[in-house]
Amino acid sequence: MKKFAWFLTLLLALSVVLSACGTPAATQAPAPVATEAPAQPTEAPAVTEAPAATQASAAEPFKVAVVMPSAKNDLAFSQSMYDALLRVQEEMGADQFQFVFSENMFVVDDAAAAIRDYASQGYNLIIAHGSQYGSSLQEIAPDFPKTSFAWGTTVDTFGQPNIFAYEAASQEGGFVNGAMAATLSKSNVIGVVGPIETGDAKLYVDGFKAGVLSVKPDAKVNVNYIGSFSDTALAAEAANTHISAGADVLTGTAQMVVGAIGKAKDSNVLWFGTQSNQTSLAPSIVVASQVYHWEGILKEMIALIQSGTLGGKSFKADLANGGEVIEFNPDSNVAADAQALAETTIKGITDGTITITLP
Amino acid sequence: MISELFSVTVLVGILASGIRLATPYLYAAIGETFGQKSGVLNLGVEGQMLLGAFAAFYVTFTTGNLGLGVLTAMIVGAFMGVAMAFVTVNLHAEQGISGIGFYLFGLGMSDLLFQKLLGRVETVKGFQAIYIPGLSDIPGLGEIFFKQNLLVYGAYLLVPVAWFVLNKTTLGLKIRSVGENPDAADSVGVSVAKIRYFTIILGGALSGIAGASLSIALLNVFQQNMTSGLGFIAVALVYFGAWRPLGVLAGALLFSMINSLQLWIQVLGIPVPSDIAVMMPYVLTILVLVATVSRVRAPSALTKSFEREN
Repeated sequence: MKKFAWFLTLLLALSVVLSACGTPAATQAPAPVATEAPAQPTEAPAVTEAPAATQASAAEPFKVAVVMPSAKNDLAFSQSMYDALLRVQEEMGADQFQFVFSENMFVVDDAAAAIRDYASQGYNLIIAHGSQYGSSLQEIAPDFPKTSFAWGTTVDTFGQPNIFAYEAASQEGGFVNGAMAATLSKSNVIGVVGPIETGDAKLYVDGFKAGVLSVKPDAKVNVNYIGSFSDTALAAEAANTHISAGADVLTGTAQMVVGAIGKAKDSNVLWFGTQSNQTSLAPSIVVASQVYHWEGILKEMIALIQSGTLGGKSFKADLANGGEVIEFNPDSNVAADAQALAETTIKGITDGTITITLP
Repeated sequence: MISELFSVTVLVGILASGIRLATPYLYAAIGETFGQKSGVLNLGVEGQMLLGAFAAFYVTFTTGNLGLGVLTAMIVGAFMGVAMAFVTVNLHAEQGISGIGFYLFGLGMSDLLFQKLLGRVETVKGFQAIYIPGLSDIPGLGEIFFKQNLLVYGAYLLVPVAWFVLNKTTLGLKIRSVGENPDAADSVGVSVAKIRYFTIILGGALSGIAGASLSIALLNVFQQNMTSGLGFIAVALVYFGAWRPLGVLAGALLFSMINSLQLWIQVLGIPVPSDIAVMMPYVLTILVLVATVSRVRAPSALTKSFEREN
């Protein structure tokens, strides 16, 4: 009896583990194809009654797989890539471009396994969307010389001919957000909620600070790194702390900031977003978001792969090349006050008259 | 800059934040205390919290009824408790392993339901702060203790209630005896299985409320894996608190106060690297644990399943 119970528990635990791991990829993989193309037969390209499918069926669709650390709808880093893939698909057509994804891959070992699986299934391009996946990719890519890999955010291709690197100049949008935040702040105290002081987050925060100080050199920018990408409760309390310290404009980066946005909304404090467009979460307080538009870089990669170059190049999304866009909240009643300043600042950054000095 | 730490605004801010941050820990850890007192280690708290958080959020999002949200979270947590009790009491499964199984189930299931039913991060209007008449006007103290929301008050009321039930009632005596010596309890007619079912289900319901306190009272959003390890810290707090509700309260407050202190340290620009600041609550908790708890003994039958000898 005891042995049986042991076995049953193990079985239960195992099945739960497997189902937890399998859920994201299994349940959602077909969804993106289906949503964007109502008239096309998405799963079976050979279906005869579709009139448009006949001439296109000659070419194989370009197939992309992406592995991302958080959820595809995290309103932050992962969503920026998911949305970009959707836009590429919309442009190229679902019969020419298909993608699958594995989300919530916060365990690097799981991500590495997923990357290897996708590579062995013959995807044209596999995107490892997270700087933590670098060493795994370095190990896997040489085993699949005919498959192209992309890794972000970084500039390092490991000198391998089948790895592309991509990153965002997040300090640029940060600077623009900071300049706007400074003009809109009445208390001249501005709060920042960050995850861990590194990479993309640090670039954004440092750029934001520089932007605030460029408009109001005597303003106070209080920065709080909470030490986690997922602790929404602590992010919310960090926002509370900023508000108690007198901040009337907040910003923050990474997916746990939804907690902070909630607090900002409750206290009616303005919010500037980054990575994805965060307006939908709190239309009353979000002024603008710096949004990563990876699609330009993705299309360049696809063109290169189709002409036979599988990697070895690194890309940067910035304001000048359209890889970063400042998206305003159309319903914000203060966005208009800041928009003119934002436009001149963006122009200054793109033509080089404004240089952002980072610490 | 250091002197700014001792201004009234900052001290009040630290204490008020600490009180709020401790809320989910209190619900979850008090629930876990009941389970462990009766001899069952439930490592599935985090999963119960996540499902509770989602249930509360979803019901509130669709109906706008906060009470119904909390109730659903309790029921969902309690059902998780029933499953945990069945596996550990009836099937005599190893408690640690099955708890981790239930954690993963809660993590995966809350994510799946979120994707299917909501599909994106949304906000709700959660529990608002209730100003206790008279008391909330006391300078400083009013801000810290008497301008919080209903679920925060509930968490602190739960502590003396739990203390009373465990130490002053027959039910509490039965729970403790089942956790210390189930054979003796069984021989005088106490049903070990019934008591353990009760404590595990109660623990599940309280973990559900812990989740609800995040999703519809403190944050008013739901995001995948939003508890972010909170449930495991709650289990650790039960050890920290030496299986006593008041000890759990002390541990939860210490951990949360230091956490809010480190938030303020960064905001005030005190030159401490952020990595060091975020480590502070964990380091200090371990230090206090090492210094104080060595003399306390766990319930003797903790993690041991009970089988009647014929």
